[in-house]
Amino acid sequence: MNLTFSPEEQAFRAEVRHFLADALPSDISERVRLGRHLRADDHLRWQNTLSEQGWLASNWPKEHGGPGWGPVQRHIFDEECAAAHAPTVVPFGVNMVAPVIMKFGSIEQQQHYLPRILSNQDWWCQGYSEPGAGSDLAGLNTRAVRDGDHYIVNGQKTWTTLGQHANMLFCLVRTDPEAKKQAGISFLLIDMQTPGITVRPIITLDGAHEVNEIFLDNVRVPVENRVGEEGQGWTCAKFLLTHERTGIAGLGHAKQALRHLKSLASRVEHRGKPLLDLPSFRQRVVKAELELIALEVTNLRVIAAARDGGVPGAESSLLKVRGSELRQELSELTRRALGPAALPFFPDFLHGDASLDDERAQSASASAQYFNRRKLSIYGGSNEIQKSIVAKTILAM
Amino acid sequence: MDFALTDEQRMLEETLSRLVADQVSAEQRRAMLAAAPEGASALWRTFAELGLLHMPFSEDVGGLGGDGTDLMIIMQALGRGLVPEHYLAGLVLPGQLLALTANSEQQKHWLTPLLEGKHQLAFAWQEYSTRYDAFTVSTQAKQQDGQWQLNGRKDVVLNLEAAAATLVTAQLESGKLGLFIVPTGAPGASSHLYRTIDDQAAGDLTLDKVTLPLAHCLSEDISDALAEVLALGRAAICAQAIGAMEEACDQTLAYLKERKQFGLPLSTFQALQHRMVDMHLHLEQSRSMAILAATSLTLPSSERDYKIAAAKAYCGESARFIAEQAIQLHGAMGMTEECYVANYAKHLVMFDHYLGDSDYHLETVSDLLSVA
Repeated sequence: MNLTFSPEEQAFRAEVRHFLADALPSDISERVRLGRHLRADDHLRWQNTLSEQGWLASNWPKEHGGPGWGPVQRHIFDEECAAAHAPTVVPFGVNMVAPVIMKFGSIEQQQHYLPRILSNQDWWCQGYSEPGAGSDLAGLNTRAVRDGDHYIVNGQKTWTTLGQHANMLFCLVRTDPEAKKQAGISFLLIDMQTPGITVRPIITLDGAHEVNEIFLDNVRVPVENRVGEEGQGWTCAKFLLTHERTGIAGLGHAKQALRHLKSLASRVEHRGKPLLDLPSFRQRVVKAELELIALEVTNLRVIAAARDGGVPGAESSLLKVRGSELRQELSELTRRALGPAALPFFPDFLHGDASLDDERAQSASASAQYFNRRKLSIYGGSNEIQKSIVAKTILAM
Repeated sequence: MDFALTDEQRMLEETLSRLVADQVSAEQRRAMLAAAPEGASALWRTFAELGLLHMPFSEDVGGLGGDGTDLMIIMQALGRGLVPEHYLAGLVLPGQLLALTANSEQQKHWLTPLLEGKHQLAFAWQEYSTRYDAFTVSTQAKQQDGQWQLNGRKDVVLNLEAAAATLVTAQLESGKLGLFIVPTGAPGASSHLYRTIDDQAAGDLTLDKVTLPLAHCLSEDISDALAEVLALGRAAICAQAIGAMEEACDQTLAYLKERKQFGLPLSTFQALQHRMVDMHLHLEQSRSMAILAATSLTLPSSERDYKIAAAKAYCGESARFIAEQAIQLHGAMGMTEECYVANYAKHLVMFDHYLGDSDYHLETVSDLLSVA
């Protein structure tokens, strides 16, 4: 066994780093570094740059216009992006709906949608959760009734991330209320301009407008916008949940957060000495460092298995649980490191375009980020759901 | 980056798994522990036949040149069976010290028979007064009249009874740390033998004016070799703990599936499922750390020591967690001597007391923490 990257992989890392230093606009990386919200245009500017480089669809095969990277290269790319404060690519099009269209979509759907995703023409959002269907996703109630060559969709979706910018929605709907829970679900692609769709913001506890609720009132969706067969929607959804989740630990983000924390805690003073020298604080930083080391090796094990042809299934649940716990701990320590400077809240700076003096700007986002990071153990299947998945699939309980 | 085993390593793993499953059941292990130590056991002779005694040593000293991964495979298999043989304490640690320090005459006398299974050794580095610090000892060695004289006491020396001789660290008048080989029964050397709470044969070695010929001094400055061998020992014992953690998890899971309460198997209760998953998460993260340790042995010393300290600290805490959960999930049965998992739980808790505990190693990580 060995844990070292090959010379080719190291050269690739250098290439990515060089590209990021060259191509990532400093105003965007500065917004990311300070934990400020990104405007739609910031996302698009960066994603267009990636698209021109051919690196936007990092998990796509070459035949569809991706770079054809393997899991190791994707891992290196993600790490370098996080280290450079590059925005995370909005995943709903390129990483979520696209693999479903590639796997289950018709040739026509592939030819229509995939190029538009690659060129950032479409901004996709996700219609999965409902007010009554969170962890119990298959309990969803949004109804789609066939009417000639259309479905009439009625219902409500929620927690739709960045839906305020989106022009396309991929959506799980119930097409057969008589069938067994999972069997009556279909996967629809819906144009957000269709009459009957209302998007309403949900403001989260950090003051951010990140998620939305979507109301669907007699929305007419052409039958040709269904992916896969009627009743096959759950298969599509499950495929998505196991597809390429080798990056789910957010390792690059955790590494960057720990680097920032150590740097911060060695600058902040406690009784005339660096906070990092305070034993109780240092102990927690050291433990976070150990957890990060362990998580990195576990992640590399999963990546190497995927590279060698394995399908990461329930192992990604492990990465999700431990990765989210670590990132939450790091956000907790970063908030604590600031002491009283963590208290002031400048929502117009964080979530808008108001300016703020440099000193206050440096510490403005820590507490808001701490509250925002609570989502990590809730979304994408809560950590409790992940544990139940491990119990069922790995331990056969 | 590669986590796959070579064909040879897979064969080694399979052979050892079979050997441990066949020859170290709960009953067989009890019998082994009850038997008086008289020469090499049948199991040790099998180790010799399989080449295990040569495996972790370099070809320069007649070994098979096994690397950290090979050692990990062996230790993990031994940990799974809680094999009582002192493969690490009686062979690997003293053998590596000899390989690093002994001249050819000393090697011929002590190392060659060790690899051939003709005798076992012990390594006495620990003293209660300095807890886990191997580099600060109160045992003294001084040279006079063409001989060495040793005075002091070494505590919890594993495999002391079965060893033909014990490697002893002692403070020299030069201020350096020396290494000596003290034959069992040397005048002035007395042993107080016992078993540890996790059933390891051990003892304290008192040295009262023990005189040794010059040829029994292996090194007058052991520091670097000692650090190297302790790193190896820590990586190895982490791998052993992984084996024991695997078995503790497997036994607990099997029990949850079999035991019924309220008319249902315990494995159907979500509170218990999630505890079991937490054990599994601790195991997998610790396995990663043990792999890190096994693959760090050839790194420059500060990088090696940092990673191995991280691994030992992490595995120590995980092992205790898994042990405590294994007892809890077995309910009152887990409290009994009869319940086999209790043996694993004891070993996993006490694992943290061998070769430096979590606090000791966290301090190392803390001291070496890099702040970019």
